[in-house]
Amino acid sequence: MSSTVATALFDVDALRADFPILGKPLPKGRSLVYLDSASSAQKPRVVIDKIREVYENYYANAYRGVYRFGARIDEELEDCREKIRGFIGAEDASEIVFTSGTTMSINLVAHAWGLKFLRAGDEILLNEMEHHANFVPWQRVAERTGATLRFIPLTADGRLDLDRLDDVLTDSTKLVAVTGMSNMLGTINPVEELAARAHERGAAIVVDGAQSVPHGPVDVRRSGIDFLAFSGHKLFGPSGVGVLYGKRDLLDAMDPFLTGGHMIAEVRREHSTWAAPPAKFEAGTLPIVPAIALGTAIDYVREIGFPSIQAHEHELLLAAHERLAEIPGMRIFGPAVEHKGSIVSFRVEGVAPEDLAQLLDHRGVFVRHGHHCTMPLHALLGVSATVRASFAFYNTLTDVDALADGIQAARARLRLA
Amino acid sequence: MPPPPGFSPQHSHRTKVEPLSSLQSLTIEDLIEEFEHLADWEERCDFLIDLGFELPEFPPEEKTEANRVHGCQSLVWLVAEVKPGDPPVIEIRADSDAMIVKGLIAVLLTLFSGKTPGEILETDAEAVFARLGLDRHLSTTRRNGLYGMMQRVREIASANLTSDL
Repeated sequence: MSSTVATALFDVDALRADFPILGKPLPKGRSLVYLDSASSAQKPRVVIDKIREVYENYYANAYRGVYRFGARIDEELEDCREKIRGFIGAEDASEIVFTSGTTMSINLVAHAWGLKFLRAGDEILLNEMEHHANFVPWQRVAERTGATLRFIPLTADGRLDLDRLDDVLTDSTKLVAVTGMSNMLGTINPVEELAARAHERGAAIVVDGAQSVPHGPVDVRRSGIDFLAFSGHKLFGPSGVGVLYGKRDLLDAMDPFLTGGHMIAEVRREHSTWAAPPAKFEAGTLPIVPAIALGTAIDYVREIGFPSIQAHEHELLLAAHERLAEIPGMRIFGPAVEHKGSIVSFRVEGVAPEDLAQLLDHRGVFVRHGHHCTMPLHALLGVSATVRASFAFYNTLTDVDALADGIQAARARLRLA
Repeated sequence: MPPPPGFSPQHSHRTKVEPLSSLQSLTIEDLIEEFEHLADWEERCDFLIDLGFELPEFPPEEKTEANRVHGCQSLVWLVAEVKPGDPPVIEIRADSDAMIVKGLIAVLLTLFSGKTPGEILETDAEAVFARLGLDRHLSTTRRNGLYGMMQRVREIASANLTSDL
């Protein structure tokens, strides 16, 4: 399907009507221009309804009761696990672990895999565009195991410099940790190529899919991804639930991260044995209702379809770059639009990011400001903070205009225009 | 950029305290009164921006690491010096790259600058911030920054307390 066709079939107003929050006016009659979906996405009514459905009709704990509600909850959770398996192209539903979010998923890999298998002399390959959630856990693992951190150089426009990959990807590399899409630059990374080259060296690859999974199709088997972490709340699902995909043989070899209820096979007085994955990694009571409603969110996204979503978001991104480029003193970080997803991080000369975010808020335009949990990247770029606008399929060209007009107004308010 | 002359209120609702001739003549009571006349936090924020423009120019050579106040997301520099006299008072200069933070600096200067160390230490700044709504409406980083600045001023006041007696 060409992007033009996909755009023509895409009825953004109809989709917006699925999101109750988008239709509610802000104080002073302003309309909501929500440009922070990369931080957390809004929820369609079907997701909110599913949450109510569970709590009002058959809520119980999971994997504990044989009674009717317990069985229903188990069935709903396993249905959702199967949906996730299909959504990311995993081989088996046992490779899908429910967590509290991307951060938890990556920490799980760091503890259960990293601490068990990494040794002094091993290398972990990172890069400076990683979110702290895919950065700090590996620093901790390196400190505790004696492994060394190495970094894939970035190009001047904020992409991984694969021409120099062989300088840092060596036979000592045991793990490549990389984001599918930068939460600050928007850069989409060539995960498939990285996985292939990591595997040539015998290294595993963990992909932070927090930004990439909500915005494009992922196929873990085709891409050769060993671990994939993502969050429900950025995927139009509830907050509090995330996913770790791990290849079954890797999950089998790992020790548990957290211990306690449900993750055991047998507990004796002095010793315990572990359940098979995924239960081995699901200690304690799961985020039951968010996990079930995540399945609903995935159904919703699949129904719209990534070809339409990507075409629409790309159109918004192009428009945003075009409109923002008209603003004096504008500096957009990251590569050209063909290399990135629907994120625009920028600074305007003479305007502090926090002032800009505040003044935009006064016009109903919600953007994020700060270091976006990417302090090493900001250090590399030589700035302490940026403003970030991120777009989802429910955003419109009118939202882009509101952003650009809002920035112009902020410049005027700060006596720069 | 030269500081703009005087206060140029941009809002018709601001009738109580206009025009303010300069920051120097502004008292904390004026500020509290002004804030009370502003309808919501948004308008107060806007007023802070106006205040920020009133801040005296900060010498560029004083924008050093030693003068940085950390804890704020924006850059903040603060210098406090004892001005000899009877009694000696503490003079404060500060700056930020963020205009709303400059507004907060103006509030801080109104509270503390030109006061004796004893007066500074006796001032219940937290109570004033609460009356201005700063305790509730500032983001965590801005609040940290504001309290960091206040702490720096208090430390300097404490260090110079003896000369006050």
